[in-house]
Amino acid sequence: MRPVYGWLALGLGAALVVLAEYRLNDYYQRVLAVVAINVILAVSLSLTNGFSGDVSLGHAAFMAIGAYASALLTMPASMKLLALPDLPAWLARLELPFALALLVGGALAALAAFVVGIPVLRLRGHYLSVATLGLMVIVQVVALNWQTVTRGARGLNGLPALTSLLWAYGWMLVSVIIIWRLVRSPFGRAMLAVREDELAAACRGVRVFPTRMLAFVVGAFFAGTAGALWAHLITAIAPASFSFFITFNVVAMVVIGGAGSITGAVLGGVLMTLLPEWLRGVETSLAVGGRPLYGLSQIVIALLMLLVMIFRPQGLLGGRELSDLLRRREPLPAAESEGA
Amino acid sequence: MTYLLQQTVNALNLGSIYALVAIGLTIVYGILRLINFAHGDMMTLGAYVALAALSALVLPVWSALLFAMIVAGAIGVIIERLAYRPLRGSREVAMLITSLAISSLIQNSATMALTAQPRPLRLPAELTRRVEWAGLTIAPIDGVILLLSIALMALLSLFVKYTTIGIAMRACSERVQTAHLMGVNVNRVIAVAFGVSAALAGVAGVLWSGKFGLVDPFTGFVPGLKAFVAAVIGGVGSIPGAMVGGYLLGFAEVFFVAFAPPALSGYRDAFVFVLLLAILLVRPAGLFGLEEGRRA
Repeated sequence: MRPVYGWLALGLGAALVVLAEYRLNDYYQRVLAVVAINVILAVSLSLTNGFSGDVSLGHAAFMAIGAYASALLTMPASMKLLALPDLPAWLARLELPFALALLVGGALAALAAFVVGIPVLRLRGHYLSVATLGLMVIVQVVALNWQTVTRGARGLNGLPALTSLLWAYGWMLVSVIIIWRLVRSPFGRAMLAVREDELAAACRGVRVFPTRMLAFVVGAFFAGTAGALWAHLITAIAPASFSFFITFNVVAMVVIGGAGSITGAVLGGVLMTLLPEWLRGVETSLAVGGRPLYGLSQIVIALLMLLVMIFRPQGLLGGRELSDLLRRREPLPAAESEGA
Repeated sequence: MTYLLQQTVNALNLGSIYALVAIGLTIVYGILRLINFAHGDMMTLGAYVALAALSALVLPVWSALLFAMIVAGAIGVIIERLAYRPLRGSREVAMLITSLAISSLIQNSATMALTAQPRPLRLPAELTRRVEWAGLTIAPIDGVILLLSIALMALLSLFVKYTTIGIAMRACSERVQTAHLMGVNVNRVIAVAFGVSAALAGVAGVLWSGKFGLVDPFTGFVPGLKAFVAAVIGGVGSIPGAMVGGYLLGFAEVFFVAFAPPALSGYRDAFVFVLLLAILLVRPAGLFGLEEGRRA
């Protein structure tokens, strides 16, 4: 793509976002913002699950950390005094601008990933999956029990609604560009090498542990920021908001879109937000015996994932990027090749 | 002293269930290097089957248990045939993701068909009635859980030690390719492994829900995950390791709740997974596990 087209696309995109911000009703605005947040989640998860080859299941946990941390930083001090009277004084007084709160939320999520990564990333990839699910349970338990800071099961509500469409799409663009650059850098090549054959990569001088750690920590950072955006979009968070269900949906986005492709993750994020949104309508309208078919949309996603794994394990795009499609270039190897 | 004994009884109970579930995880992991995330949902399935057997079919308890075991085992075999076998030879990651999808499928199918509302699973009163005995408060079900688990584990040990298919199973967990070259029918071994593993989880699910009296679509999720911690403690892939790991985890969890300051008892589940991280840091191969190549 010539740079001119890139700038044109960016300008057009920005114009559309601004138009949507002023013209669409609340429901569509919220769906569009969720699309952007899910794209951030999917693209950040694809760093581990697509590029470095570790299956992380920690996205719900990282989102929760980012959401709670940023919420505590943006809540007006007067509100904190009422809702959380036992907060340490420095935190009770602290009010940060949204951008800073977003970054702090992401940084804390990255720190959690680092701590989990130290024992786990030296082992076979499976252990990361279990440890990150364990992290989800830990985060939920802490959010439930640390009453003075999280208000337990009641959660934090009435957060300032700071996530505008411009914020959501602006940050989405930043995340996608940063992750894109990372994947196309020598680090990205190292990730692919580790994914394809750890031993061979190590023999060629790739430092395996730092490479896997980098993918994991950067992914967690952006998941944390996505959690912060989400908290300030919905304006209410509770421990139950960050369940296995969230993680599973993000994994589905990456798997269906195509592990090992940023474009695939973006596509997966968009599709897997709009499809369940549509199916939720079906759930309530297709009531059998007066009872809505709750769970139907998740069943469809699970079946879709099973079919993709059996018939097209490389996902819809199979490692190809938009630029490969435009130029008809050979793609990077897809994540789900035969063998291993 | 009585308090300690009481906690020991609780720990033995919890440990028995973890051990049963962990064995199933370990058998499948040993052969396929798959961490089966849908394993906990086999517990849920077993509990629902027992619920149906007890309330709709009005079967006696022992046959409801047997029924749950058979149905869970059969479903385990079917899932292997339909979802995992087509993936044989592709990356390990593919099966892991498939197991996640199956877990979600089972949880949400149960939600859709039966609603997420917890249902009471009532075992006959003579099993659950608490009695005072030597200063301890115990119910007959506690004894049933312990004895039944030990009996099943003994049976399983004999099965893998002496039967042809059991020996083939051990051969496959040494190295699948070599076992295949030696004429072992790998497909059959894997199907049996899934069947046995799911059947054990099914029984464990009935015991779990029977003890707590409730079953909902997500009943098995956390115990299934904790059973993995038990398997890691013992060394994933080792059957005796899973048994020992199950009991060790049971004791660790119960004694944490019993002896930590009350303010911390809410952190019970978090404690288990922090324990997992600690073990992975210090001794990732577990007590009985072989030092494994980091990633094959």
